[in-house]
Amino acid sequence: MPEKPGSRSWRSLLRPGRGQVIAAVILFVVGLGGVVQIRMNAADDAYTNARREDLIQILDGLGTESRRLEGEIAELEQTRANLRSGADSQRVAREETEQRLDELSILAGTVPAKGPGIRMRITDPEQKVTAGVLLDAVQEMRDAGAEVIEVNDRVRVVASTWFADEGAALVVDGQRISRPLTVEVIGDPHSLEEAARFRGGLVSEITGPRVGGAVSVERLESVEVTSLHRPVKNQYARPASAAPTPR
Amino acid sequence: MLPLIGLLLGIAVGLLLEPTLPLVLQPYLPIAIVAAMDALFGAFRAYLEGIFSDRVFVTSFISNVLIAALIVWIGDQIGVGSQLSTAVVVVLGIRIFTNAAAIRRALFHA
Repeated sequence: MPEKPGSRSWRSLLRPGRGQVIAAVILFVVGLGGVVQIRMNAADDAYTNARREDLIQILDGLGTESRRLEGEIAELEQTRANLRSGADSQRVAREETEQRLDELSILAGTVPAKGPGIRMRITDPEQKVTAGVLLDAVQEMRDAGAEVIEVNDRVRVVASTWFADEGAALVVDGQRISRPLTVEVIGDPHSLEEAARFRGGLVSEITGPRVGGAVSVERLESVEVTSLHRPVKNQYARPASAAPTPR
Repeated sequence: MLPLIGLLLGIAVGLLLEPTLPLVLQPYLPIAIVAAMDALFGAFRAYLEGIFSDRVFVTSFISNVLIAALIVWIGDQIGVGSQLSTAVVVVLGIRIFTNAAAIRRALFHA
């Protein structure tokens, strides 16, 4: 009976001879080794098979590249340092500007102010405290280092403030001031009080026979000045040169 | 049939378990594989010609692999490793082609 094609291999599978087993084992080893080698080859094919000259060239290229990158790093660090110092100086300039702004706004009377100082109450039943006397008082206070002056909680005395008499009434910066007067001053309380009380000064002038009023001066830990001066835009005056930039 | 299963099993194990060879042996594996291929083709040719002997097969396989690796190792020691491995590959390649031609003649009678 003729054998069907293929039946030999089926039979050999069911009853493998020694040769078959040995061939299978050896092919197993070969398959394993081949796969291992292919995987290794795929993993680092660039360098394992490279010749020595190629490797030297690659190393050279890498050295050059790393030197170039190191140069770049140094350059970028320089830039970063520059930017950082630039940011620092900008911050300092801004802080100085803000400080200047604070000083100038207090000077111009555009912001409320607070600090140690004195409160003077001037009573003059005969209404003889004139604009001149009040102006003298303001001058004395400024002499003694007054930083902020306010009259009757209503008028902030600034550089452009003016005083006038309107009949018996007092006018400061266009506002009628009622009596008794209260003058609040921010500055060193001791020097301010001394400036008010010295012989021949403000207090003695008002309490003197010519005016016949009374003055009370009290030192305060904290004087709060909330009235503001409304700044007017200069119509004629312009800075002659560009404003100096702070540093 | 069984040898084919053995081959597929070897490939599967290699892919799944991802075994690694010691670094010292790594340069000799490619040569060993070429030598093994030569032994396999020789065995297949002998099988087709009806003179297959498992003892000869095993001996030729192991000796082929070992001698190929040994030649390359000696070449490495004396500084001509790459040249010698090329020589081994060429010789084994010629043998593989010769065996393949014989297999072809036996299979297709052409």
